[in-house]
Amino acid sequence: MGATIIEKIIARNIGAESVKPGQIVTVNVDRVMIHDIFIPFVADKFEEMGFTKLWDPDKVVLIYDHLVPASQLDDARHFKRGNEFAAKYGMKNVHRSDGICHQLMTEAGYVKPGNIVFGTDSHTTTYGCVGAFSSGIGYTEMASILGTGTMWVRVPETIRVNISGKLPDNVTSKDIILTLIGDLGADGATYKALEFAGDTVENMTVASRMTMANMAIEGGAKCALFTPDEKTAEYCEITLTEAETSLVGDADAEYCQVINYKAEDFVPVLACPSQVDNIKPVKELAGTPIDQVFIGSCTNGRLEDLMAAAEILKDKKVAPFVKLIVTPASRKIYREAAANGTIEILSKAGAIITHPGCGLCCGRTGGILTDGERVVATNNRNFLGRMGTSKVEIFLASPKTAAACAVSGNIAEVE
Amino acid sequence: MVYDIDTNIIITTEYLELKTIQDMTPFAFSPLRPELAAQIQPGDIIVAGKNFGCGSSREQAPEIIKALGIRCVIAKSFARIFFRNSINNGLLLIENSDLQAAVQEGDTVTVTVNQDIEHAGKHYAITSLPQNLVDIISAGGLVKAMRKLNGLE
Repeated sequence: MGATIIEKIIARNIGAESVKPGQIVTVNVDRVMIHDIFIPFVADKFEEMGFTKLWDPDKVVLIYDHLVPASQLDDARHFKRGNEFAAKYGMKNVHRSDGICHQLMTEAGYVKPGNIVFGTDSHTTTYGCVGAFSSGIGYTEMASILGTGTMWVRVPETIRVNISGKLPDNVTSKDIILTLIGDLGADGATYKALEFAGDTVENMTVASRMTMANMAIEGGAKCALFTPDEKTAEYCEITLTEAETSLVGDADAEYCQVINYKAEDFVPVLACPSQVDNIKPVKELAGTPIDQVFIGSCTNGRLEDLMAAAEILKDKKVAPFVKLIVTPASRKIYREAAANGTIEILSKAGAIITHPGCGLCCGRTGGILTDGERVVATNNRNFLGRMGTSKVEIFLASPKTAAACAVSGNIAEVE
Repeated sequence: MVYDIDTNIIITTEYLELKTIQDMTPFAFSPLRPELAAQIQPGDIIVAGKNFGCGSSREQAPEIIKALGIRCVIAKSFARIFFRNSINNGLLLIENSDLQAAVQEGDTVTVTVNQDIEHAGKHYAITSLPQNLVDIISAGGLVKAMRKLNGLE
């Protein structure tokens, strides 16, 4: 009997021949990530639990991203508590202004194929892009891992998603994942693992896979997994071992659901207010006036995303009355986009380029909106009140669609 | 019956940095129903549709629900991070898909833990939790379970 990718990762971690969905097991954690919003709570719970040292300080990564740079007095308090905690317990992996946690975890080499990783942010599913089992947890559970290095998990059932063929022009991996979430529903993958396969996925960059793994949580999934390949090896700067290349869903593995897509069938789509599974083709809403566009986030703030937007904005102007906010996902991306001229093109078109970080995605920093305003955004959530008042309408889209909307001043497809 | 109640509805990001959970409770559910937090009485029960607690991992969400005096949430299903966070904080969650069709806001619902739900003379079954979760709840939450591990309780 074969196994799915998640079953292989968990079985190897606990030294078992095999595991079955529904089984509850205790895994050894390879790496954890704590972000700035939760660090004071993690620190307090850790000490309240009576721990006096971290299980392995090198395996703990602390990243400030949601609140950087501080715009409210409480933000600064979070940084202070984080710094005190890191110093007290000997943590060296601290990023204070390098970018978004989910970008940095793979970009800075903290996560490798086959690893088991937990983070305090729900979009921790992102690291499945390199074949790691990664998932979001709360601050109390994080505190218990910091002390013990272990975590209980229920082995999830797997939904297999096969995609084959060539994507049409102006359709990206964002359109694929939004379409899938629309088909599954916001709870369609709850407690389950998503496993992506097929030549469309094999031909994708790691950055594009990252967009899909990032949004798995919007279908309720525990994790999303891609088989590590040569692109993964290059991105992670490693040579793949046999154990890593064998992280493939076996033909005779048991899947709770198999979904097949033809890449040619995908069209540019939007997640409409105020649910991520409320998916409509861009074409259907064309002409709807908008007030702002946001290109950034751990979903779509990478170099290929900024370059895709720049291709559309080159020698064009952002429509009058529309604010275009561009936020690179990390300092590395920011510098690469500056070096290759992308920032210049975007800036010339009228974009506001901000410092790397979570930016507007979580409604904490510049760009919040008011009643009746509409924003087209490349991030992962369009929930009520996420980017300002509860009467703001948020439409989620790919960077290409977002850029086309910025030029048009309306919801628009790429011409 | 409302469904997909996300954690940003339970507590929006802008209030997440208030110093204590008590400071945050007046803003609970404000994007959807700003008046609701003030109306909730200790002992109240939330009955909701599918996917309650989806979205962000913010653990303040179950903590606030508990701090409002809500004893348990009955929903068709729960998002996984919210589910874990609730257990770890000793907030009782019950999955049930039949009650929603019968219940109205303001009705009296009686929950007998590990037994059943009663509403308007009708009884609804409760499925039991796995043993490791029962252990966390009986220890009084994950913090207490860890204190016990460290010889402090």
